Amino acid sequence: MTTRAIEIWVGIFVVAGFVALFVLSMQVSNLSSYQGEKGFDITARFDDVSGLKVRSMVTMAGVRIGRVTAIEFDDQALQAVVTMKIDGQHRTLPRDSSANIYTAGLLGEKYIGLEAGGDEASLGPGDQIQLTQDALVLEKLLGQFISRMIDEPAK
Amino acid sequence: MFFDWLQQLGHRGLDIFERIGRAHLLFFAILAGQPGLLSRPRLVIAQLYSVGVLSLLIIVMSGLFVGMVLALQGYNTLVKFGAEESLGTVVALSLVRELGPVVAALLFAGRAGSALTAEIGLMKTTEQLSAMEMMAVDPIRRILAPRFLAGFIAMPLLASIFSAVGVFGGYFVGVGQLGVDAGSYWSQMQANVDIYDDIVNGVIKSLVFGLVVTWIAIFEGHDCTPTSEGVSRATTRTVVHSSLAVLALDFILTALMFGD
Repeated sequence: MTTRAIEIWVGIFVVAGFVALFVLSMQVSNLSSYQGEKGFDITARFDDVSGLKVRSMVTMAGVRIGRVTAIEFDDQALQAVVTMKIDGQHRTLPRDSSANIYTAGLLGEKYIGLEAGGDEASLGPGDQIQLTQDALVLEKLLGQFISRMIDEPAK
Repeated sequence: MFFDWLQQLGHRGLDIFERIGRAHLLFFAILAGQPGLLSRPRLVIAQLYSVGVLSLLIIVMSGLFVGMVLALQGYNTLVKFGAEESLGTVVALSLVRELGPVVAALLFAGRAGSALTAEIGLMKTTEQLSAMEMMAVDPIRRILAPRFLAGFIAMPLLASIFSAVGVFGGYFVGVGQLGVDAGSYWSQMQANVDIYDDIVNGVIKSLVFGLVVTWIAIFEGHDCTPTSEGVSRATTRTVVHSSLAVLALDFILTALMFGD
């Protein structure tokens, strides 16, 4: 085979390799949803965030508008402080929106659902959400249910 | 009698250490030969052809079938839990994280590594390497260095092709045959595959595998006993040792990357 043909084949090989890598990053991974990286951070305090993870979704009206970027523990208040990054284009979320931790499906992943309030002012960088509702822990719920059954035997 | 046995053991141990030492010396000599390749990229291109282009067929075919099998097996398990929408995630994650780099590296060791060893071993047996030295051409720079660089470049490209083709193979079976929704196949995949955690780590894995497999192949060829039997043994050792090295390194790398 001539040198030219060999070089053309190697060119095809290298291009195919990079196209594959490109397909993997654009089509298979979440790179395409990184576009709004210029979001802003807001925080919320919860008494219980069990099951919530960094990179969990933040949604409003069922649409993803951001992601959880950090979950820390506040030693003073003994609460969990969740930092979430909201995509940059969502600048008009009411300031008194509430944050709830929901479960996708019965046993699915935990995510944060924001519910809009009625305030004129909107959430900006560094703001904290005041109204929060904790994660629903199935064990706790079952425990309460069972202890109630024991407390009040069938009448 | 006992001392004979002890001596044999010691002899073996020394042999092994000697080989490891020689392998590292060769490795550094090859690294030192890399800058010289900048002025002669032709040498690397010719090797990329024999190492990369000629491995394309087996990589593409295996990737396609591995992806298709993953989709079939994954579907049968997931459908029991009513979670067949996650098929895309299962196929993509197992390919990008594990099967892409590992299976491509194993195929690469069998297809390209063995060829490298046999080629270099035969060059040594027929005294072409000594002839080059007599003509004041350094065989490490002229023969070994471009082959090493080509293997190092080709491996991550081959692994990416393997994974990408596998994802589409999974798509053909999952969406085309088994009736998973095309939208959820891709969207579940995009939601769960992370560019840094999964794809970049997969590429790092394949870079490491490429380095190790090519290194072993070149060393075995360069270090073989210069007889026909010696070349055949060296070729076998290349495939066995590099496959074992790939699998062991895969465990270590996985533990480092995903172990937290």
